[in-house]
Amino acid sequence: MTSVARPHGSMRFRGRTYMAFALTPEPPVAEWLAQIDEWIRNSAGFFVGRPVVLDLAAVSLSSAGVAHLVSELEARDIRIMGIEGADPAALGPGLPPVLKGGRTINASDLAAAPAPTATEAKEENSLLLDVPVRSGQSVVFPSGDVTVLGSIASGAEVVAGGSVHVYGTLRGRAMAGCNGNRSARILCRKLEAELLAIDGYYRAADDISAALRGRPAQAWLANAALSVAEIE
Amino acid sequence: MAKVLVVTSGKGGVGKTTSTAALGVALARDGQNVVVVDFDVGLRNLDLVMGAERRVVYDLVNVIQGVVKLQQALIRDKRIPTLSLLAASQTRDKEALTEEGVANVIAGLRERFDWIICDSPAGIERGATLAMRYADAAVVVTNPEVSSVRDSDRVIGLLDAKTEKAEKGERIDKHLLITRYDSGRVARAEMLSIDDVLEILSIPLIGIIPESEDVLRASNLGAPVTLSNPMCAPARAYADAARRLTGETIEMSIPVDKKGLLDKLFRRRAA
Repeated sequence: MTSVARPHGSMRFRGRTYMAFALTPEPPVAEWLAQIDEWIRNSAGFFVGRPVVLDLAAVSLSSAGVAHLVSELEARDIRIMGIEGADPAALGPGLPPVLKGGRTINASDLAAAPAPTATEAKEENSLLLDVPVRSGQSVVFPSGDVTVLGSIASGAEVVAGGSVHVYGTLRGRAMAGCNGNRSARILCRKLEAELLAIDGYYRAADDISAALRGRPAQAWLANAALSVAEIE
Repeated sequence: MAKVLVVTSGKGGVGKTTSTAALGVALARDGQNVVVVDFDVGLRNLDLVMGAERRVVYDLVNVIQGVVKLQQALIRDKRIPTLSLLAASQTRDKEALTEEGVANVIAGLRERFDWIICDSPAGIERGATLAMRYADAAVVVTNPEVSSVRDSDRVIGLLDAKTEKAEKGERIDKHLLITRYDSGRVARAEMLSIDDVLEILSIPLIGIIPESEDVLRASNLGAPVTLSNPMCAPARAYADAARRLTGETIEMSIPVDKKGLLDKLFRRRAA
């Protein structure tokens, strides 16, 4: 595979906390696995798509033992995203990373929280602007998509948590996915933008192909770089 | 009913004062009672362009501070009886303008005149925002070049946000006046075309004033071009724009001066 030079594919790192189920195996492990099987039989698909952390504080397993346990759980559609309560040095490569600093929360809260697939489908808020965004104006809408029926003037900016849709000419700055939404896009009928940004990845006018100027175009994130292409 | 019109642009040097004077004269000539008000406190020019600089005794700031009555500060034009001027103070700065004071002056002028034309200073600071504050309509003066157009766009945004009408949820009428238009430079792509400007600013056009030496000459003479040389191309363009402001529908054209053979010969020799 040829590597493509990405002039502005700078990396960004962000810390973030998530909720996950913690499974706590007890010795003997074989018996504990049988209990899990019982549980899965009663509520099929319970663990599918849910983040699970394996708490090994109650058992003492060798590196091979942990690997065996993880593969046993994976065979039951339980994906282990991290391991807690184990010595990082004792775990070999190929195993999930060791997590620290977990806090216990009520498991029913977690079960009630929608699965990731449902999160994406949740209703997005949106903002519709039927007047042009004038130079010097700044429209910030972190909770969803922004649709502009007119143009975004040079020197104006629109910041959206979701995507930015411009039915006129985009001459100013458009920043989509400002809360870390990497699937956000910028779409416009005529591209003359000063700057396009999605989740912090940006391209200034100079870095946007001149062939796209004045064309209907969209921008999206792919492989940690901002891509811009004409909408056919 | 009186109409308060602000002539504004954001950028300096595009022709706000010239346009204020020319439109004022054109409206007054049609029999309307007109006052032109200079809001450029500290850098006043409208009195010069109107040829009234030697008659200024009191000014806008004096009225705002209650030193004199409005009537005492109004300077009636010697050539057109229906035209008056309220000059700015040259020795003060924009801080001398207060929102309440300006509101009182505008209210007083509304009782006396049909048209109150406010000549805004450049920029978007106090002077400019107070000039547009109580306007019913705006003339946005733009040169067909990118920096002027962008600044005008900014000003249009302010007109829609910072004026009293806008704050009450009403719409302020905005008219675009393109000045210093040079068809030769547009043809050579050294200037934006009218279509480009209209596409960017998307407000209705009320006139295209061609670049002309007549305008500069008129300003230096202290006689607005619509008064000193009413048949020249820019004067006709201003007269048409003024009539469009009153609601008349006139087909848009860019007036040009017809040049005779002799003119061309002279010009060549001069150059």
